Parts: sequence; structure tokens; C-alpha cells
Amino acid sequence: MNKTTASRLALTLVLSFGAGAALADENADLVVNEEIEMTVRAPAPAYLDGHLPEILSGWLFRSDETQDLQRDDFDNPGMIFVDQALDQWAMVDGSEGKSCASCHDDPADSMAGVRAVYPKWNADAGEVRTLAMQINDCRETQMGAKKWGYTSGDMTAMEALISVQSRGMPVNVAIDGPVAATWEQGKEMYYTRYGQLELSCANCHEDNYGNHIRADHLSQGQINGFPVYRLKNTKLNAAHDRFKGCVRDTRAETFDPGSPEFVALELYVASRGNGLSVEAPSVRN
Amino acid sequence: MADNVKPRVKAPKSASAGEVVTIKTLISHQMESGQRKDKDGNKIPRSIINRFTAEYNGQMVIDVTMEPAISTNPYFEFDATIPEAGEFKFTWYDDDGSVYEDSKAVSVA
Amino acid sequence: MDFTRRDTLALGLGAAAMTVLPFRVNAAATDDLIAEFTGGAEMGAGGLTLTAPEIAENGNTVPISVDAEGATAIMVLATGNPTPPVATFNFGELAGSQSASTRIRLAGTQELIAIARMSDGSFQRDSKTVKVTIGGCGG
Repeated sequence: MNKTTASRLALTLVLSFGAGAALADENADLVVNEEIEMTVRAPAPAYLDGHLPEILSGWLFRSDETQDLQRDDFDNPGMIFVDQALDQWAMVDGSEGKSCASCHDDPADSMAGVRAVYPKWNADAGEVRTLAMQINDCRETQMGAKKWGYTSGDMTAMEALISVQSRGMPVNVAIDGPVAATWEQGKEMYYTRYGQLELSCANCHEDNYGNHIRADHLSQGQINGFPVYRLKNTKLNAAHDRFKGCVRDTRAETFDPGSPEFVALELYVASRGNGLSVEAPSVRN
Repeated sequence: MADNVKPRVKAPKSASAGEVVTIKTLISHQMESGQRKDKDGNKIPRSIINRFTAEYNGQMVIDVTMEPAISTNPYFEFDATIPEAGEFKFTWYDDDGSVYEDSKAVSVA
Repeated sequence: MDFTRRDTLALGLGAAAMTVLPFRVNAAATDDLIAEFTGGAEMGAGGLTLTAPEIAENGNTVPISVDAEGATAIMVLATGNPTPPVATFNFGELAGSQSASTRIRLAGTQELIAIARMSDGSFQRDSKTVKVTIGGCGG
């Protein structure tokens, strides 16, 4: 038995294992606060080359109880952190005596639509920037404040606050022009098998979404809901931490959150969800 | 006091006399169970909110004894009768002696 | 769906594993707590409803609710937790109903028990088994 066969057998075994676990209502629709209509299924972008018949929010793959937690902001524990970030928004930090509000006033106005287009090209810096990179650039360059850890509580809460201002808007990241090379790098990673289990992102999230990996109902791995409040660790989780967890689960040495590799992967994975609504903070298991 | 403890309450701003209204409360709190161990294998001591009460104009609505099995960021949903205009008072009692409070006024049309 | 020999084998293994899943129970502690709450009185059924998911996606946050019209207090026990007490809801004079919802931690698949003390001094009991899924990338 060669190694590839062994890993396929391993995947077959784990995929078959939890077939009796909780099944989600995949026909459900998501309306938040009886007001914001979320697009949880959308036509697959052309550049997916027909690999997915349609794109589906991870919300569709969760149990009824978990789905309900996202229907009302009061029931959504992720909103606790949005509240905390709103306090932070007005708090002066760093040598320049500024807060976020000093430049950006009310986030409801200044941040509307921002999450939907990140990661995006920053012409001045000549780099692809994630939202976390941009927040830290603001802190260092504009506020004279210390950078936050890339996936720290302060950072994920601020990302959630900014994301909330774009809820219901379609994810719409650019994939061409100056970001094209980074996008190609991310796509290459998506289809590369990593780790002792020799699994690519696509093996689980393109070839096997809807199936179970032990007790877990595999989604398409969309990141339109990040940062996400997980029932498992009862806090907001950054997309790069989820990437790290996935790569680790293939039994590989992972890339670091904030690394150029994960920035490229975030751009590519975000683009796979172009058309789904910004959902953050979403609730997952 | 535990870090970043922030109560949130959802209650209607107005009601009719005698109306039954639904209240939701959520407070950010780790609810350290006393069952977990740190990286060195030492037990992390229990630190939870052990009691939650809701009163309206000084009369009791609900009084909950809470144990470590209540999830992080404790959530409660319950019903209250509004006899007249007044104010809800919500109180959370922490193991460490801290008390967190929130209040909501209700008008009666 | 075509079943290969391997798929069938795997399903068989899965089914075998399901039958030996640990069902946690902390019986002595549970019995003591019930005796303390009821004073050993008989418990009726039908006047108390305990609602909990049949399968919880994660044991850390399991939504439950209790409802017993005319109750003065409702105690909830997780019989398989290291310490079974979960919460006791005491209803005051301005309670709009004798019902409440919360979110709880379950250490594994187990039986939840709720007991209501009614205003006439009698007791009602209800229970639900909750399967807690562990494993996969979410676990």
C-alpha cells in the first residue's frame, strides 16, 4: 500500500465514521434581527471552474440550535466582543493621542462596506493587506500605538466590530490586477496536499462538504463569517487560526497566522465566497 | 473583579399594565469551572458567577443559583409580569465577591 | 451512492463504536441532590417540561429550557458531569411564567434531569438524554 492510498483510506474511514451525527437544516434561510437578510447560498464564481455547483455559507452546515444563535444579536455571544470593541474604538492609545474614532468617527458610517473587500491591495505599501494588517498599520503609523497580536482578542473583536458594519453585504474581494499573483499563490496552496495525511483544503471542503469527518459536518470552508464565535472555545476566532487548525489536523507543520502564505490563502478563500453575505461575527461549533 | 465583565440586558421599554414580557440577559464572564488544568497540570481554581437575580420595583422575578455547569458568558431568558411603570434591577454575584448590576426602566402606556 | 468494500467496513466500525460510546453517570451524587431537594417525596410527571437538543454540536454550550406552570423552583442536574448541579431557578411573585432558558456545559453524552417544586408542595420530574458529539475538526 503506498502512502497516498493509505491517506485516502484514512480519509474514507474518518469521513464515514460519524454519519449519524447532527444533521443541519440545509434549506434554512438566515435573517438576523428580523432585519438583515443574509445570502447563505449563491452562484459559484466563474473562476471556481465548476468545482462547486453553488457556494454555501458554513451556517447551513450547523445544527438547528447553533443556527438559531446567529438569528438575533442578543442570542449571539460574539456580539459581546463587538460591544467591547466599540469601547476600544473610542479609547485613546499610543503616542499620538488618538483613538480609532479620532479619524474614523462613527464606525457605522466609516466602516460600512470595508470588510466586504478585504483582503485588498494597498498601493502605498505595495502589498496585499488583510483587515488585521490594516488595523495594525493604523495603530502603529497613525496612533503610535503597539501592534496587537494578529489573532489576539483585541484584534478579533475589532475585526468583528468593523465586519458588523458590512453585514448582509456581499463579499466582493478583487482577484485581478496587482493582487493576481497573490491570489494564484493562494489557489496553489488550496489544492496542495499538506501533512502526513496528505490533505489539501479541497479534499475536505470541495470534494467532501456535506459529509462527516468523524462527528464534524464538513462545510465548504467559507470565511464570510469570520471572525467566528466558536462554541468550542467560547471566543472569537480569526480565519488564520482556523487555517492553522486545519493544516495542523493534516499533521503538518503549519504556517503562522499573519504569514505571507496565510495572507495569500485568505485572499483566495475569501474570493471563493464572493457573493455570500458578510456574516461576522458568525456562530459555529 | 474578573476582566471585561459586561452585562447586557434586552427588555422592552414600554408595556401595558399586567403584560407578561420576555427578558434576555447575557454577561461576559469566563465561568472558570474548577475542573480545568493549566499548562503545568495545576488545577485552575473555580471562579464563576454563582447567583443571578432579577427584581422589578423591589419584587422578585427570578433568583437563579448558578453552578460551574453554566456556560461561559451566562445567558438567561425568562418572563416577567409588569404591574405598573417602574424599573428592573438585575444583579450578578461573582465568587470573588464582585457584584455586577444593570437596570432597565419600563413605562406603562 | 456506491458503497465500496472499504466504505462498508468503515460504516460497520462506526456502528460498533456507537454502541460503546461512554454514557456518563454520577449516580450517587445525583440521588443525594434529588433527595435533598425533594426530601424524598414522590415525583409526578407531565407538569414539567425539560427541553434540550437530542444531539449537541458542542458540549460547551448546550441550550436548555424548563417550564412548569405553578412551580416555585426548578432544579436542573447533569447526571454525567463531574459535579451534577447545573442551576436552580426560583420564581418570584412577578415571574411572568415558571419557565427559563439558559446554556449549559455537558461533559459528554448523558441524561439531564429537571425537578420542579410546585406551589402545593408536590414535585414533578422530567429528563432528557443529550448526545454530545466529540471529534472531527470541531471537537
